[in-house]
Amino acid sequence: MRHTPLHDEHQPLGGKMVEFGGWHMPVQYGPILDEVRCVRERVGLFDLSHMGRFTLRGPDAVALVDRVATCFCARIPVGSIRYGLLCRATGNPIDDILVYRGTDEIFLVVNAGNADADREWLLSHTDGLDVQFEDQTEELAMIALQGPLSEESLARVTTDIDLAELGYYKFAHGTVCGSPNVRISRTGYTGEDGFEVYLPAERAIEAWQALLESGQASGMAPIGLGARDTLRLEAGMPLYGHEIDAQHNPIEAGLKFGVSFHEEKGDWIGRAALEAIHAAPTHSLVGLTTDGKRVPRQGYSLLSGDENVGTICSGAVSPTVGKNIATAYLPLHLAQPGQVVDMDLRGKRQACTVVDLPFYSRKRS
Amino acid sequence: MRPDDRHYLPSHEWVKSDGDTVVFGITDFAVEELSHGNEDDLVYCDLPEPGRKLIQGETFGEIESVKAVADLNSPVGGEVIEVNKTIEDHLQVLAKDPWDKGWLVRVKPDDNSTEHLLDAAGYEASVGEAEG
Repeated sequence: MRHTPLHDEHQPLGGKMVEFGGWHMPVQYGPILDEVRCVRERVGLFDLSHMGRFTLRGPDAVALVDRVATCFCARIPVGSIRYGLLCRATGNPIDDILVYRGTDEIFLVVNAGNADADREWLLSHTDGLDVQFEDQTEELAMIALQGPLSEESLARVTTDIDLAELGYYKFAHGTVCGSPNVRISRTGYTGEDGFEVYLPAERAIEAWQALLESGQASGMAPIGLGARDTLRLEAGMPLYGHEIDAQHNPIEAGLKFGVSFHEEKGDWIGRAALEAIHAAPTHSLVGLTTDGKRVPRQGYSLLSGDENVGTICSGAVSPTVGKNIATAYLPLHLAQPGQVVDMDLRGKRQACTVVDLPFYSRKRS
Repeated sequence: MRPDDRHYLPSHEWVKSDGDTVVFGITDFAVEELSHGNEDDLVYCDLPEPGRKLIQGETFGEIESVKAVADLNSPVGGEVIEVNKTIEDHLQVLAKDPWDKGWLVRVKPDDNSTEHLLDAAGYEASVGEAEG
């Protein structure tokens, strides 16, 4: 298993370590539900250094992204970030990604478990393009601060940047814990305000400790992947291997906002297939809530009468909603808020109600 | 060392003789695996009704935490005669006292065979590597 630069910090903080995407990562430091509340109410600190980070340079870096990704890279303003997916010709994703448009480079953040497949896919579609590829996963640590007190927490250890001026899905560079020219983005995977910071691996421990130390004033705690999964599910954000995978497409997943059919983007891999699905979808990803005690889990069948109508993609105990929640694909005629379907628990049933996604969205000031 | 007045399955259930009945429970290791030391992370325990016939090695219930669900396996076969109803609403009892107050079901066993089960030393050895 691979170790992040912060690996040895986690167990002394109470971190329970598990394998995730080939990395040895903290799943939780304390009760998962307390960690969820900490992020919703205050601020949490995350080691995300397992995420794949690639830099593309050269005159055709933008063209490569526009060939393989669903978002319209040439239209992203410098300093902005867009969500997109890498799809096969079938429209089924290989991964979902964030695209950072820099002055001279494109920076991609991808899922740890798909990083090898992503790299291979990118490099096999460079025909006729002048692009240099660099994998920065090992050399950069990635630390996230998420929660309403993220800005005040990060500001205590940051200079050379006005964080208040950094808009949502924008990035800039600043000095973090003495490390100059660090990429800072106002992004995250929790539904809260927050930042993701990319700093040299050798400065990661110093920064992590300084952030935790100065974060005490804001009630900061380290947060594991378990709470991160609940937070992103509450916020209606997809996770590869759950809501999206080789069998599902971004249109029916509700991710049209990350898919550009703009004429000027030209042809791209998966475009024709996704346009056809967009014209005539048959299923939709929905939210489910249940008043029962049983927690929905990936793979559980959903029944309408005696008919098997779908499968749970993700499920969680949601302290924010106050119920157990899940996502699933349902045929369009059942994918209506208020519709009731039953979760099958080895012959026992528990009723679930269709609700709009997301389950939670923060009030923006 | 875990209690040596009972027998164990490698899947972390214990069975203890009590007169002509036996009681089943799960070990501290099972609770730790499910809750990572946070008793509030346990959310649900599904136990059988009295009268249910249990088959040795087969599932008699399920226990679930925020992030995981696990089968409860019968160390011996028999008939359920009593269920610890306290558990279903007070899962933290399992974390506080899995050996006594955290018992799950009382069973009238089909026979008294224990050769297929681990003793305390055998169970220690089987979890030793995982705990290492």
